[in-house]
Amino acid sequence: MKFLERIQPLIAVIVGLALGLLITQFAGESPWHVLKVLAGSAFGSRYDIGMTLFYATPLIFTGLAVAIPFHAGLFNIGAEGQLTLGALAAAAVGIWFPNAPWPLAPLFAGLAAFSAGALWAAIPGWLRARRGSHEVITTIMLNFVAAGVASYATLYLLKNPDSQNPETMAVGAGYLLEHIKFFGDAPVNSALFLALIAAALVGVFLWRTVGGFQLRAVGQGEQAAKTAGIDPGKMRILAMCLAGGMAGLVGVAEVLGNATRFKLGFSPDYGFIGIAVALLGRNKPLGVIAAAVLFGALHKGTIDLDLETENVTRDLSLILQALIIVTVSADGLWSWMRKAKTNGGTL
Amino acid sequence: MTSADKAVPAVELRGLSKAFNGFAANTDVNLLVRPGTIHAIIGENGAGKSTAMKLLYGIHKPDKGEIRIRGETKVWKTPAEAIACGIGMVHQHFMLAGPYSALENILLGVESSASAEGRASFIPKFLRPVGRSRAIRQLDEISSQYGLKGIPWDTEVEALPVGVQQRIEILKLLYQNASILILDEPTAVLTPQETVELFMNLKKLAAEGKSILIITHKLKEVMNLSDDVTVLRGGRVVGCRRTPETNIEELAGLMVGRKVNLQVAAPPAPVLGPAVLALKNVSLKTRSVHETGMHRLNDLSFEVRSGEVVGIAGVEGNGQSELLHVLLHPLEFCKSRDGGLSGEINCLGSVTHDARRSLSTKRIRDLGVGIIPEDRHKEGLLLERSVEDNFLLGQETRKPFSVSGFISGGALRAAANVAIEKYDVRPRNLTIEAGNLSGGNQQKLIIAREFEQSPRFIIAAQPTRGVDVGAIEFIHQKILLARTAGAGVLLISSELDEILALSDRILVMYGGKIVARFQRGEATEQALGLYMGGAGSK
Amino acid sequence: MEVIASMLRVATPLLFAALGGMVSERAGVVNIALEGMMLIGAFAGAAVAYTTQSPWLGAGAAMLAGVFIAAFYGLIVIQLRANQIIGGTAINMLAAGLTPFLSKIFFDVTGNTPSLPMEARFQYAPMIAAWVLVIGAWFWLKYTPSGTWVRFAGEKPEALESAGVRVNRVRWISVLISGCLAGLGGASLSIFLASSFSRNMTAGRGFMALAALIFGRWMPIPTAIACLLFGFADAAQIRLQGVVLWGAEPVPVQFIQILPYLATILVLAGFVGQSRAPKSLGLPFKKG
Repeated sequence: MKFLERIQPLIAVIVGLALGLLITQFAGESPWHVLKVLAGSAFGSRYDIGMTLFYATPLIFTGLAVAIPFHAGLFNIGAEGQLTLGALAAAAVGIWFPNAPWPLAPLFAGLAAFSAGALWAAIPGWLRARRGSHEVITTIMLNFVAAGVASYATLYLLKNPDSQNPETMAVGAGYLLEHIKFFGDAPVNSALFLALIAAALVGVFLWRTVGGFQLRAVGQGEQAAKTAGIDPGKMRILAMCLAGGMAGLVGVAEVLGNATRFKLGFSPDYGFIGIAVALLGRNKPLGVIAAAVLFGALHKGTIDLDLETENVTRDLSLILQALIIVTVSADGLWSWMRKAKTNGGTL
Repeated sequence: MTSADKAVPAVELRGLSKAFNGFAANTDVNLLVRPGTIHAIIGENGAGKSTAMKLLYGIHKPDKGEIRIRGETKVWKTPAEAIACGIGMVHQHFMLAGPYSALENILLGVESSASAEGRASFIPKFLRPVGRSRAIRQLDEISSQYGLKGIPWDTEVEALPVGVQQRIEILKLLYQNASILILDEPTAVLTPQETVELFMNLKKLAAEGKSILIITHKLKEVMNLSDDVTVLRGGRVVGCRRTPETNIEELAGLMVGRKVNLQVAAPPAPVLGPAVLALKNVSLKTRSVHETGMHRLNDLSFEVRSGEVVGIAGVEGNGQSELLHVLLHPLEFCKSRDGGLSGEINCLGSVTHDARRSLSTKRIRDLGVGIIPEDRHKEGLLLERSVEDNFLLGQETRKPFSVSGFISGGALRAAANVAIEKYDVRPRNLTIEAGNLSGGNQQKLIIAREFEQSPRFIIAAQPTRGVDVGAIEFIHQKILLARTAGAGVLLISSELDEILALSDRILVMYGGKIVARFQRGEATEQALGLYMGGAGSK
Repeated sequence: MEVIASMLRVATPLLFAALGGMVSERAGVVNIALEGMMLIGAFAGAAVAYTTQSPWLGAGAAMLAGVFIAAFYGLIVIQLRANQIIGGTAINMLAAGLTPFLSKIFFDVTGNTPSLPMEARFQYAPMIAAWVLVIGAWFWLKYTPSGTWVRFAGEKPEALESAGVRVNRVRWISVLISGCLAGLGGASLSIFLASSFSRNMTAGRGFMALAALIFGRWMPIPTAIACLLFGFADAAQIRLQGVVLWGAEPVPVQFIQILPYLATILVLAGFVGQSRAPKSLGLPFKKG
């Protein structure tokens, strides 16, 4: 039973993938063929692995952005807005101070990205802690507000005059992060290491420090924490700030590591996929990394479906992600399985 | 022999058994309710009273046994079938939706029956508006027949006093034509006056032919109210009596299954030190209309001195919870929009609340305050976390557990191991989840954590609630030891035996006020009971 | 005058979706899946309207598709007791992936349906239907037994169960109705406001409907008014795009765009009036 619990996410992924691939049968494709294309395209070569890791990088950040508040009993659906503002802030710093030298430049841009995300996330944190407004709704609403703000800033304040696309000017050369050579032309860059370090730090913070202990205490028993002298409101705001900061760091990966500028709508819903990543990774840093790589692989793998199959498009990735979320989160399904198991054992 | 004896029993349970996850909640329960009588079912917490009633009401299905209503065997799939058979239940936590009117709450589940008769219509029942005036006419009739007065039909339920809410619940059942009423701990939330009124109503109902089952653990109520009484212990029926033929002592004996003896050897006279807690004219006002259960604190002034146990006796809901809240979290009342806290609180030499400022919970706890909270599951422990983590809770910022912001696992493990040994927390396993400990061991864990910090002021709220006998004695000893060591103890308990055995001084709270003060030895159970019931002040 | 007409038109999909969300949330099931349900409805509506050349059959198909996806949502969150927020997110992703997937299979274009001729589109029918529904929903919730059940299922489900009404059945039906209405809302996007389905065409309208629902404090009439206000903001925003009112720069319409969301946050935070969600919103119901 313990064993079953441990491999539950794995089973869920397999079941979800199987269901999703069965759907391709309706499109007249062989699920087996689709699976082969998926795997080959995600892990087939150094370049492919590099692309997978490139997509995984922002997902590690957003996965952490969902996982941290979860431990404080909060649901952060606002990573999308937080990462938008984080990326915008990184771009703004890079545009306003184009001549800043490496390594100071990316450091400051990274700090700006972190702070912008953190401040944006502090709003729902504060609203929840002091006004009792449910963070799910406020973060959803703030996603749209962030999109509006980013659109305004891109089109009016930082507009690239040489481009028809809704994007800002490029950041100074001193800001750019190196691509990892090992993976050839893939844009995977040192932000990946930043993501891994961030995950490790989050792990240390949550499980080894006094602050992390207090934060998790609030999530597991608000009243008990309060009686013990911990201020739940403060912890919730802290959790949201850290989460927003993590989401903001997506800006480092995107602006400094890849696009060299802020492009409106650059994120294929990284923030929402982060929910799935955290869920599948059970809100633990290592789990989040593993889940991010898996979803990165799905994203990369499905892109090639457009070319390699007749009828199946990259949109399959969304369907697969949705089905995996369902199979991981269906509490009733798992307790039913467990029950069936114990019944089999005792009767 | 009365006519009720010869009549077919209104309810008969035969050999009912029910187990949850292998735990037998009810074993071979037999019960017989004569029509037109009030039948009390008594037993301690967890004796299986509620389970038996939920079986009768169709919420659970029995594993074994038979339910007979007016002589006919019944098997329910849902409460709906039990309701259709004339059974109604008033739950301990009322089944009323706060923001909706009394009328809507009563008519819930009555599929527009008021308008269904008479007119033929092609609109399905569930879409047909309820005939309001007709329903009100019927309700007026029923309520005057049974003396259930004073229910305003269109007021939101949450704005009404608890006693009225309960009457709405009863009326709801009567409107559904219930002839067998089950009431689960109906007096737990009532004031004494409301209780008197409820009993009058219930007697009237029985006289009009309704059969009533009442779950309680208050023996005096059983004697005052019921015709018959069945006693449950450990899920089994251990006795069944005609009320006039029994007495409180016999019932108490049946209920606990042992001679009640809580006499702790009288501790030596206290060596009094300086005050560890002093309240001066502390009052708490609640403006919010929605919180009808909130009693205010009314001009409290008292002291707890080092080396003594001060017991606060009182029926639950007379301001004890508020007092605790004010002592621990005065800051909340400063900011809160709907509460006003006034007066001055002084704790261990520091002003924790006065007109100008309040201290945070953290600051208050750091003064040297130990707490055994009322609800250990909610306020005392993180149930999903290990024993070790729970031991750390509240002292995580202190040395040696915190080393420049990091938690020192080694220091924690060493201290926790010593503590669970010293306080006999079983099993001796630091990694087990606190939720998997028994009630007694959970409480010991809390005491281990709090007492190991050598607090100079201890607040012990309901310290032995739901705890087995062995643990009760252990906990009492530890409290008295702390007192001898010089701590001041504020004991809040609804168990009179506990108050009498431990307290050097006793204060009685009623309606948010201190209505009587006693020294050790002055007070008797009867005297306390009188003041707790609001019979006066001293 | 023209602005009012366009406000009424733009508000129509919002009205349907917000009413749908209201039924589900009043019954205690959070519905952030409105977005996905609308999207599926928009696709099914456009696809069937194109194939049959009848807007009415299109609307019917949209409702059916909405019910279908809502059934999946119900299965996840009511039957399997998954977290309703996570379940809703999954549905939104599924709809975003499924619609272009299907359009590729049926029409061999990714993400679009062929454009509809005038006679396969609605002229004003959905607008009228929406307002009839608003009044109907108000009456239904307030005066009929089934409406009362829905309200109790979200506020005090135990009371409903102990009165002999199955809470999960009420919730199931509410979620299905919710999907049906949201689907209709989607269809009124693709076969009333526009003339085809396009990739991700709801563009957050499901969430805006949710915002309107919260802004309207979960009550039919105020919710409808919120939809109108939000519709007005939307219409004004489209109208003002690129218009120079003062100075040399065009009006930054982004600030009009975000108004509905800001307003909703203010209401939710209790800065403007008091907001009160159904008490058992988001809590799975387990018997006993």
